[in-house]
Amino acid sequence: MDIRAEIVDQFKQVALEQDKTLAPLTDDLPLLDSGLDSLCFAVVVVRLENALGVDPFSSDEDVRFPVTFGDFVGFYKNAAQ
Amino acid sequence: MPRNSPASLRAAIGAAGGLSARLVAGPGSSASWSQLAGESVLNCHAAELEGQSVVLAALDPFAAAAAMIQLDGIVRRMVLYPPDLSREHLSFVAATAGADAIVTDQPLPVEVDARIVFVESGVGKHNSQPYSKASPLQTEWILLTSGTTGRPKLVQHNLASLTADIEFGRVPSAPVVWSTFYDIRRYGGLHIFLDAVCSGASMVISYAQESLGDFLTTAGEYGVTNISGTPSHWRRALMSSWAGKIAPAYVRLSGEIADQAILNSLRAQYPQARIGHTFASTEAGVAFSVNDELMGFPQEVLDHTPDVDIKVVETTLRVRSERTASRYLGADSPALRDADGFVDTGDALELRNGRYYLVGRRDGIVNVGGFKVHPEEVEAVINRHPAVAMSLVKAKKNPITGALVIADVVMRNPLSDEDQSALQRDILQFCRGELAAYKVPASLRFVTSLDVSDSGKMVRRNA
Repeated sequence: MDIRAEIVDQFKQVALEQDKTLAPLTDDLPLLDSGLDSLCFAVVVVRLENALGVDPFSSDEDVRFPVTFGDFVGFYKNAAQ
Repeated sequence: MPRNSPASLRAAIGAAGGLSARLVAGPGSSASWSQLAGESVLNCHAAELEGQSVVLAALDPFAAAAAMIQLDGIVRRMVLYPPDLSREHLSFVAATAGADAIVTDQPLPVEVDARIVFVESGVGKHNSQPYSKASPLQTEWILLTSGTTGRPKLVQHNLASLTADIEFGRVPSAPVVWSTFYDIRRYGGLHIFLDAVCSGASMVISYAQESLGDFLTTAGEYGVTNISGTPSHWRRALMSSWAGKIAPAYVRLSGEIADQAILNSLRAQYPQARIGHTFASTEAGVAFSVNDELMGFPQEVLDHTPDVDIKVVETTLRVRSERTASRYLGADSPALRDADGFVDTGDALELRNGRYYLVGRRDGIVNVGGFKVHPEEVEAVINRHPAVAMSLVKAKKNPITGALVIADVVMRNPLSDEDQSALQRDILQFCRGELAAYKVPASLRFVTSLDVSDSGKMVRRNA
């Protein structure tokens, strides 16, 4: 499964549902500038857990929150391994 | 206005004079009220129980009904132990109630420090008169409700509080046959049972081992006119092929929030029936009924409900009346009433356009990033979708907002996977149109059934 593609899909889907304008999803895009608010991110995490079977936020005790979109994708790729 | 409550259940049966009215449990058990009051089912042990504290733990509802009628006015305290409650709590309940005896219809699986008295389940084969007292005691009636610790709470009522809203001596224009999905040892069922006893109406009771189909078939055969249950009971009945077995004149909902979808579904199923939802709980008793077939209740109910004081404190409903319970038994129990005698129901309300809506339990609130969500208000929206039979909304932990709500949904009709995905999107889209964004379920899955507890309410557990 292409994890990046799945994440991009979920960002787009949630932005559409919540009526948000999504910035172009480049690796260096800070998540806070993506156009999604915290409720959107919360929903993305639940949807990704359903789609990928992992929730990297809950798997480690000491979680370093991703800052950019690239970090976010890497975070899920690591967890899925 | 205080009404004359009967001195005892047997006095009530004598006064009601419903000579032909019967109690029915399944196809095999049936007896008239006067038979139940006039034949000893306690094997002549009733005299020994005078003034004592007794736990009534018979499983058979018919035997329990007969024992209730015969023990009221004789014993000091009668604890009603529901048949579905695990027997592991029996020692705790007996100890808390200071029980001298356990009245049962079969051997107990646990050690209890009290006498065991067996009750006969059959009626019509005993010649002995039941023991009676010229001046009956005012027996304490103890009902059990589920506590948060897993142990039941013991709620103290008496016959006067349990029957305070029943009009005695009322002569119905047509014969009334009551029934209820509740067990008669739970408040919702007991209240109907006492109404039937005191008004001389017949009653069809359900029992734990009976299937929904068998129960509704029996109820239909006896021409049930009035029937009550929780919205979950009713959803289950409407989802079955048995709902058409009965043609009631009056349908009552209580115990959970009656949402518009269930009120509408019952209207469609029973076009001839009066449909009402009643606000009641074991602790608060019956507070008021709403008969306009709309969810929630008009604001005027607060000031214009006879015999009941109702107020809203910090969005939560409080009730005071002669129908409220007096206390919880047990040394470390919390107060059941506040300093002014009001029972805090824990039910949260929202006022919109002159109408109060019950939005959920105060202790069931899900906190989504600082915003409060009552699962029940989200369920009420999902249930309005025409393809939905019932739904359960629960909290799911979330690293960003602390929690989110997710939904389990039972469809009215099974669909293909592809149609399910479309329906999933459609239901969530519908929610987004009706609810604030943080109240919309983050995910929704279809399930074939939802757990309903023995007390008829949906089982709520968080993910």
